[in-house]
Amino acid sequence: MKKFISIKGIPAYLSIVNIDTDMIIPKQFLKTIKRTGLGKNLFFELRYDDKGNKIEDFILNQKPYDNSKILITGKNFGCGSSREHAPWALLDFGITCVISSSYADIFYNNCFKNGILPIILEEEKIKELSEYSHRKEEISVDLNEQKIVYGNNEAKFDIDPFKKKCLLEGLDDIALSLEKSDKITSFEKNLKNNKPWIFND
Amino acid sequence: MPYTLYDKIWNEHLVYQQEDGTSLLFVDRHLIHEVTSPQAFEGLRNSNRNVRQPSLTLAVADHNVPTTDRSKGIDDKESKIQVDTLEANCKQFGIKLFGMNDKRQGIVHIIGPEQGFTQPGTVIVCGDSHTATHGAFGSLAFGIGTSEVEHVLATQTLVQKKAKNFRINVNGKLPLGVTSKDVILQIIGKIGTAGGTGCVIEYSGSLISSLSVEQRMTICNMTIEGGARAGLIEPDKKIFDYLKDKPMSPKKENWEKALNNWKNLKSDRDAKFDKEISLEGKEILPMVTWGTSPQDVITIEGKVPNPNNEKDTDRKNSIERSLKYMGLKPDTAAKDIKIDKVFIGSCTNGRIEDLREAAKILKNKTKASHVEAMVVPGSGLVKQQAEQEGLDKIFISSGFEWREPGCSMCLAMNADKLKPEERCASTSNRNFEGRQGRGGRTHLVSPGMAAAAAISGNLDDVRKYQN
Repeated sequence: MKKFISIKGIPAYLSIVNIDTDMIIPKQFLKTIKRTGLGKNLFFELRYDDKGNKIEDFILNQKPYDNSKILITGKNFGCGSSREHAPWALLDFGITCVISSSYADIFYNNCFKNGILPIILEEEKIKELSEYSHRKEEISVDLNEQKIVYGNNEAKFDIDPFKKKCLLEGLDDIALSLEKSDKITSFEKNLKNNKPWIFND
Repeated sequence: MPYTLYDKIWNEHLVYQQEDGTSLLFVDRHLIHEVTSPQAFEGLRNSNRNVRQPSLTLAVADHNVPTTDRSKGIDDKESKIQVDTLEANCKQFGIKLFGMNDKRQGIVHIIGPEQGFTQPGTVIVCGDSHTATHGAFGSLAFGIGTSEVEHVLATQTLVQKKAKNFRINVNGKLPLGVTSKDVILQIIGKIGTAGGTGCVIEYSGSLISSLSVEQRMTICNMTIEGGARAGLIEPDKKIFDYLKDKPMSPKKENWEKALNNWKNLKSDRDAKFDKEISLEGKEILPMVTWGTSPQDVITIEGKVPNPNNEKDTDRKNSIERSLKYMGLKPDTAAKDIKIDKVFIGSCTNGRIEDLREAAKILKNKTKASHVEAMVVPGSGLVKQQAEQEGLDKIFISSGFEWREPGCSMCLAMNADKLKPEERCASTSNRNFEGRQGRGGRTHLVSPGMAAAAAISGNLDDVRKYQN
């Protein structure tokens, strides 16, 4: 996984609340067996009309937002399906940081597995930051310091320390868990004794 | 210290816990399907890793499969690649698979319980958000992403942090014509789609205990629509009777041992819940959704909301956006909403009791002439059972199409989908924009309500057709 340390850029602001994963990447693109190549179809139905032409009104179709690395969104972002294609599509488009007042649990977790930082901020701060999007001004995000700098202002954010470490170091969490192999083996041994039906023994 | 059922299952599955609470949780049962697993297997191959416990894993193709004649295979090239890839991966790693032409094939959340793979007190995961369904058996069941699927395949564990405990009590009796689908829609309307975020919900109360096993699955299934990853119900005799003699249920002395364990799976009487709400059965009416989020519910006697009555700007904008997408005017009566299609099926309502409920309404009646309607049984075994009971004949003679099992028009990955602006009464779980096809308009209802809508040609009150 690619590390996430810090980022600077003009954010794109999507004010819609409850953006679900069907909206982020519709089902016709879930037929892939790869993780890459989904960026062009990110927010497909908001981005293209029935004939496949770009909808000019949509923010990610406009300059400079078509190059945004930071997405600011309405609350409960990523609700619905567990599809990891949603963060894959964001990443493939170039977005590595999302800022919202809340996320759906599965989506939130999926971001961390892909080097994307989802930041939780209160609505008031989201409003302030959205002005920077409107004015096409850069903001910067520093994960180590857990802060967003915009103009002369600064907003601190919370993050789980383990998730932070994994992002900063780009850690492979399967490798980390496999370091606990002995513990898993002894758990399985006990399980076979105490609940033999689990293994159908 | 008193514990909730969730606390107990969590504690029993803890392999390792870091100081900050990040935990490694053992997974007893892993279900996989063709859409969210290929990249996980690819990841295993790329890093030279193996599947740790193939025997605790069960695979089925459900999202992409055609629901029409399957004898010639899958027409859609990409769908075929995904289904073939699942088959090849299962073969390589020694995982049991119900292939497309196996009569046990069906929607992953229907076949788990049907085979007895789903068991009380277990941790069950699947790369699908409706994994919460299995919580009806008193298991901790939740959806995961593909990277987590890979993690479970490689380690049989998952990195997790403990969620909060949320109890929803539903007491009393279900009024005539009201089903567990209406109960869960009402709950989601009450708590909102983010109401359960960060929580595991335990459903309890006299009404919940009175429900059949399949009705309980409908409730737990839609837990994710309320934002909670898992919902569970204390297992009881109905659950144990349901599981007895299922193909993958414990046998002989293991059955006795399992039963002794399962009987203790309940929240302690004085267990603490972080959140709690209560509902009365008598307040629940047949429900429909009007908008593009499962929280957009009204009763069949109600009207579509008027954004001008909303003070909250976000909410007002969201109502306006939904109404525009749905092609509805504010204050329209639910019963005045004309429909084009009816879909009966999905992991929410594709089981035998759901089909019986719809068939009961449709018996000796025909659908409105302008409506196209289809029934997609949840599994091959559900289909077989329905045919033995003659339900297929009732559906067909009332003008429904009788299809092969799969996810079908719940998410429209296969050929079954709505055209732009087509309106559907659907027994599925999501009414998101574009969910059943680009521009398609979904109204979520119970199977009986879907049948009533097919007959009337508009959303209608199932109680009108009940004897």
